[in-house]
Amino acid sequence: MEGVSKRFALVKANDSVNLEVERGEIHALVGENGAGKSTLMRILYGLYRPDSGHVSIDGKRVEIKSPSDAISLGVGMVHQHFMLIPQLSVAENVVLGSEPSRSGVFLDLAAASRRIEELSRLFALSVDPRPQVDKLSVGAQQRVEILKILFRGAELLILDEPTAVLTPQETEALFVILRKMREQGKTILFITHKLSEVMAISDRVTVMRRGGVVGVVATRDTSPAELAMMMVGRKVLFDVEKGPAAPGGAVLELVDVRALGASRVPRLKGLSLSVRAGEILGVAGVEGNGQTELVEVIAGLRKPTSGRVLLRGEDVTGASPKQMLERGVAHIPEDRLRRGLIADFTVGENLILGSHFRRPYAGRVFLDSAALLTNADRALREFDVRPRTPLLRAGSLSGGNQQKLVVARELGRNPLLLVAAQPTRGVDIGAIEFIRRCLVSQRDEGTAVLLVSADLSEVLSLSDRIAVIFGGRIVSTVDAAATDEKELGLLMTGAGRPTA
Amino acid sequence: MNRTDTDFDATPETGAARQAGSVLLLKLGGTLGVPLVALAAAFGAGALFIAAIGQDPGAVYARLLGGTFGDFYGFGQVLFKATPLIFSGLAVALAFKAGLFNIGAEGQLYVGAFSTAWVGFTLTGLPGVVLVPLCILAGALGGAAWGIIPGYLKARFGTHEVINTIMLNFIAIALTGYLVTHVYFIPETIHTPRVAAQAQIPRLEQFWPAFRGSPVNVSLFLALAAAALVYVFLWRTKQGFELRALGLNPWAAEYGGVGVASGIVMAMALSGGLAGLVGVDFVMGYKYYYEQGFSAGVGFMGIAVALLGRNHPLGVVLAALLFGALSYGGLVINSVVPKELVEILQAIVIVAVIVGTNLFGALAVSLKKRSLK
Ligand SMILES: Nc1ncnc2c1ncn2[C@@H]1O[C@H](COP(=O)(O)OP(=O)(O)OP(=O)(O)O)[C@@H](O)[C@H]1O
Ligand SMILES: [Mg+2]
Repeated sequence: MEGVSKRFALVKANDSVNLEVERGEIHALVGENGAGKSTLMRILYGLYRPDSGHVSIDGKRVEIKSPSDAISLGVGMVHQHFMLIPQLSVAENVVLGSEPSRSGVFLDLAAASRRIEELSRLFALSVDPRPQVDKLSVGAQQRVEILKILFRGAELLILDEPTAVLTPQETEALFVILRKMREQGKTILFITHKLSEVMAISDRVTVMRRGGVVGVVATRDTSPAELAMMMVGRKVLFDVEKGPAAPGGAVLELVDVRALGASRVPRLKGLSLSVRAGEILGVAGVEGNGQTELVEVIAGLRKPTSGRVLLRGEDVTGASPKQMLERGVAHIPEDRLRRGLIADFTVGENLILGSHFRRPYAGRVFLDSAALLTNADRALREFDVRPRTPLLRAGSLSGGNQQKLVVARELGRNPLLLVAAQPTRGVDIGAIEFIRRCLVSQRDEGTAVLLVSADLSEVLSLSDRIAVIFGGRIVSTVDAAATDEKELGLLMTGAGRPTA
Repeated sequence: MNRTDTDFDATPETGAARQAGSVLLLKLGGTLGVPLVALAAAFGAGALFIAAIGQDPGAVYARLLGGTFGDFYGFGQVLFKATPLIFSGLAVALAFKAGLFNIGAEGQLYVGAFSTAWVGFTLTGLPGVVLVPLCILAGALGGAAWGIIPGYLKARFGTHEVINTIMLNFIAIALTGYLVTHVYFIPETIHTPRVAAQAQIPRLEQFWPAFRGSPVNVSLFLALAAAALVYVFLWRTKQGFELRALGLNPWAAEYGGVGVASGIVMAMALSGGLAGLVGVDFVMGYKYYYEQGFSAGVGFMGIAVALLGRNHPLGVVLAALLFGALSYGGLVINSVVPKELVEILQAIVIVAVIVGTNLFGALAVSLKKRSLK
């Protein structure tokens, strides 16, 4: 890609970007939130047209006007938000849009399934063509997405933050697949905010900042510290400094809570835990062991079928989300686009969601738009959300900036209890550092913090105590200072004595 | 976060204000531009039809324009046709903002109008200052009641409002039809007794002789006030904020403390209430009685009006005026071209807007970008 520029109404997202990717390499693309990575990839995949500049493949200038142009040129993309139809089978999803047929009329799923199995074997994807997609884990769905692109003959695969939604184990498995694809001569363009992943998987790295490329380096000649420096222009601390906790009384107590999951199967099976004021309780566990339901029960979004939820000793079992908000519970949801934000609301409106019914944002009837703007100005500055425009649609912010918006809103509540689910998902290293520091300072101000994260190192470095969740229960609670990834990893598989 | 270099998109305060201005301007351009271009396209297509039947499009359009906006009488007729469409358009738009597709404005306005009439011919002993507001209130409540039913069914059982509102339309039309032919009827007619004289509201010609002959009445001002109130409600009140949140992302709305079930019921109640006000125009300002089948699809036209007006109160008023003009204009040009042509024209406008939203929307975006470079 040469001299590619793209301007959105108020922002120059790409400013004469040059990007060169060699055949058969794994090329990492890194950069701060809003640097223009996703935009550049969408141009390459034909979702946006560049204002200027051009794309060449194998030395030939090409014009990519639409994703189907891209596909016929061998370019495929896995979006951060999957584009699968949950009610269809894996095979049906894979063939969608390029259905193989017998005598031009009848869908030939059997042939497709054979091809899927073949590809799956070739790249160690372990994708079974038969099950319905909504029965699959996130990691498996992602592999279906990858297989779908391979099925269409992609030579260059674009993966936009593929690991943001994966567990560490799934990430490992993905890397095995990526290496396998490289062996087979495929080229991979990979966006991530995790520098350890860059170091582990890529051959070369392109660093973007503010719409432009600031450097291209070979992975073996660089270090995470140098990359971080290139990305944000200053040194980044990877570990948060935090003093010892001074915990007070219990703020949140869950007693023998049971709840059903989305498909009405029991997900919480007698879970008990307690979080004290002034401490961070980390919840560690393999995804799908009840974390989502745990957080929703606390936020009032899911009613427990039995058990009790106590907030400062008061029984709040079955309270509504609004009642929980009014009692000082803040919640950073794990899925910012589904729960956390209203994409078509402005940034300013999103920043008061959940406080919109009380002072200073509203009187008895009317909203106070001046208070809304004052709040937005403060929050956007404090959390460095870009661009700093309260009237912009939240949906037009980059992924990481959307996350910062949610975090800014929830921390701005001055909560009694903060439930943070994947708080740093998709944000850049500078923002990770900042958000982690915010969590610790919330704790120091006496907030009870419940941290749920798929990132074990995050749980380990932030928590004071760690509760291990397995099969819908807390199976053990350990002192964060006295444990390590290995022990936690073991406990997470259910190898431990249950504690009350 | 302390970042040293903030030149790129972190705007200084003055810049923020300017940007806010330009964002608003762009929004406005996008909102108004698309329907206008669509309108032009529709009339262009209409011209082909007129030419195809051997008439001169220029002359027909001149007559159409002259008959509707050319004099006060014609303009009064346009306003008269537009008044009920403002109510029903607002009803559909408000529900739509909350994510609900209210196909039931037709049924709601029947129930509302009948309630207005019933109060008007039953409580005849009351003085006008009491009876007029009471009649209006009855219309709003009747419509609201008919909106609450599908709202509650959706909130409580998750049944889709489209099916339920369609069914309730049948019930409402049959029910009011029964009442008007079997219970409160004047023999040999299909209407109720007249409402008390003090429940009748004045026509504009009474203050403004230029409108002489046109039945446009002061319910027009009620419609305009309703549009203003809907605007204030949606964008200035916390309940409106909640309804818009619900319409755009119910998951996030629930997360933000919005009661999903109560929000749905409230939106349908308000929507039905607005539709119910159509009776104020017909019953209190035009015929002074309730007549079976009086609406002839005003509730359904409300869907088109809301769509063309992009679910914005101002857009609804403008769209209602346009449809009012087309509807009266059909009568004006009836002598030279068949009235069906105007119906075709109306349909083309709707289709052009739907297509235009996609087509010209993309165009507008690229134009915007060019102008900002
Ligand atoms: N559809 C859009 N409309 C307006 N602005 C947009 C749009 N898409 C992106 N932008 C803006 O372009 C800039 C670059 O966004 P992009 O999504 O490419 O960033 P990114 O590098 O992928 O960031 P992240 O790491 O947060 O995902 C941002 O400032 C963003 O607000
Ligand atoms: Mg991105």
